[in-house]
Amino acid sequence: MPDASQTERILTAAEAILEAQDLALARDPNVYLMGEGVCDPKGIFGTTSGLVEKYGPQRIVEMPVAENGLTGIAIGSALVGMRPIMIHQRVDFALLALEQIFNNAAKTHYVSSGKHRVPLVIRMIVGRGWGQGPAHSQSLEAIFSHIPGLKVVMPATPADCKGLLLGAIEDGNPVVFIEHRWIHYVKGTVPAGYTPLPLDGPRRIAEGDGATIVATSLMAIEARLAAEALAEAGVKCDVFDMRVLRPLRTEPIIESVRRTGGLVVIDSGWKTGGFGAEIVARIAESCLGDLRAPPVRLGLPDHPTPSTRALMEGFYPSSDAIAAAAGKLAGASAAQIDRAVSALRQQRAKVSIDQPNPAFAGPF
Amino acid sequence: MTPNPITESHARLEELVPLYSAMRRIRQIELEIAKRYAEQKMRCPVHLSIGQEAIAVGVCAALKRTDQAVSTHRCHAHYLAKGGDLNAMIAELYGKSTGCCGGRGGSMHLFDTGAGLLLSLPIVASSIPIGVGAAFGFARRGEPHVAVVFLGDASLEEGVWHESANFAARHKLPVIFVCENNLYSVYTHLDDRQPSRPLTKLAEAHGIRAQHVDGNDLSALLHVMSEMVDQARNSEGPSFLLADTYRWLEHCGPNYDNHIGYRTEDEFNAWRIRCPVERLRNKLEKSGLWNAAREDTLTARIQTEIDAAFRFAEDSPFPELRTAAEGVYA
Repeated sequence: MPDASQTERILTAAEAILEAQDLALARDPNVYLMGEGVCDPKGIFGTTSGLVEKYGPQRIVEMPVAENGLTGIAIGSALVGMRPIMIHQRVDFALLALEQIFNNAAKTHYVSSGKHRVPLVIRMIVGRGWGQGPAHSQSLEAIFSHIPGLKVVMPATPADCKGLLLGAIEDGNPVVFIEHRWIHYVKGTVPAGYTPLPLDGPRRIAEGDGATIVATSLMAIEARLAAEALAEAGVKCDVFDMRVLRPLRTEPIIESVRRTGGLVVIDSGWKTGGFGAEIVARIAESCLGDLRAPPVRLGLPDHPTPSTRALMEGFYPSSDAIAAAAGKLAGASAAQIDRAVSALRQQRAKVSIDQPNPAFAGPF
Repeated sequence: MTPNPITESHARLEELVPLYSAMRRIRQIELEIAKRYAEQKMRCPVHLSIGQEAIAVGVCAALKRTDQAVSTHRCHAHYLAKGGDLNAMIAELYGKSTGCCGGRGGSMHLFDTGAGLLLSLPIVASSIPIGVGAAFGFARRGEPHVAVVFLGDASLEEGVWHESANFAARHKLPVIFVCENNLYSVYTHLDDRQPSRPLTKLAEAHGIRAQHVDGNDLSALLHVMSEMVDQARNSEGPSFLLADTYRWLEHCGPNYDNHIGYRTEDEFNAWRIRCPVERLRNKLEKSGLWNAAREDTLTARIQTEIDAAFRFAEDSPFPELRTAAEGVYA
């Protein structure tokens, strides 16, 4: 477990998530963890390692392979005062639990006219690379963001992984907390101690008047790299890391688009019906007249995720594609765009397409 | 399948008098809803409990107010037997702001946590894990309460039943599953949905104690349920109570529907003569504990309460439209 005595530490996001859960468990006896593998030697990619030794199997509950039933059990326990954290090693497993999540977790507070509360956090991990394939890599934030009553969080940095997870555990609502597996490796400065963050929406992670780039999770890292390369070439863009997809707060993005006149959205999931489409729609409703060109949407193409890397070229949006799209909207010259795109391609030239870009390591 | 016979000596007859009144009250309330449904002021689906009252009353009589039950789409009897507020129930059916859900749930979402009815849910088997979760919470928090899950025969076809039973048994949770087998899922008979085997085996396969009783015999239900509650409170884990009964009216709505072809009048009549309310009244009358005069007094008293509840619902305001988007988040 990370050393919490230091105030300034560089942690990986996985370490930050572990620390957040450790702090929440220590602080509130009603908090408990439940998931398939929370007590096993791998400890959910290290994010639960050591917790069962510290808190015991009464609070770190190894879960039967029964996602829907155990989600209902978590909800029932929340109704009588517990604060469950449920963990799915892949988002795809949580699909078995949609009945309980959509019908009961999301609606019970509303239907009861506020008498019931469901303080429940469901961590779901998005797989990518090494042949994860069609049902181990889906980024389904759009589906969860569709449902009133759920909160949906997608952290992109270690500090947000810790702060937003603590904020989610404190929240009185069901929170779907979607972690990209490759974000687990990202390093960054994380404050020590119990430091929850409000689930309050997008954060600007790069500034400029060229264009507005909006992204979630790992795509926010790609967008940051794209903006850095464009800045090197003399073109500055606003980049927003969405962080919280529901409740959706778009005011800072609208303000930015009014200023830049250009919008690029990047989905972690499929482009069609994706979360980026919602952002584009909100901008169209709010400030269509400020757009100097049609908005650009990047996301996954309309086919399932193949396992073989031979079919993966261009499947995921990458920093160079983002730089090309944003540079064009920003009115950059062909030479400027070429410079940024070349630098980004060089950055990951030696990395196989199915492995994380070492540039993701941060620290951010 | 023959239920275990329970002799009268197991429960003193005098103790059954208030429970008879409770069954009569539920029957009279449900009949009143059926009678008034055509007025189209209760504008939500209603799944009436007529014919199945003994299970609700027998089970809840063995519980404390602080124990929590969860129910299904057919929740009126459970809500009332557990002590749920009648005014709030009728107002909920009317969609009024004074309803137990403020009009947001309707007939299939009755709850009264103060009385120990945690919630009711319309999706078949959806409330089973919620009840198990409440038991898990009680156990983890060191609270002495018991959870009761009311479920129907079709629930046993759902995967989530098995998931919930497995976990309840593994963690020896203080939960009692009460399966009301009324033979039909909407219009489809049990035999068309499941192979022939005792439903109790489905619980026993998960290592859960199971008992089979006549679900129209209140004293048998109370006896078995009391034993199961004691075991749950003594940390001896979950139990499964299978109770045979029959739904008199259509699946959803206020009418008899024996004529539409999914069941026969003969089958209905065979169950009609096993009416749980009449059976207990006959027994009490034979023992000198009940008579026509007491019946008349009870009927009048209940009708006064019912009339007041419907008046309360009629007089209550609807929720204001401006509140529709409120309370999505805590």
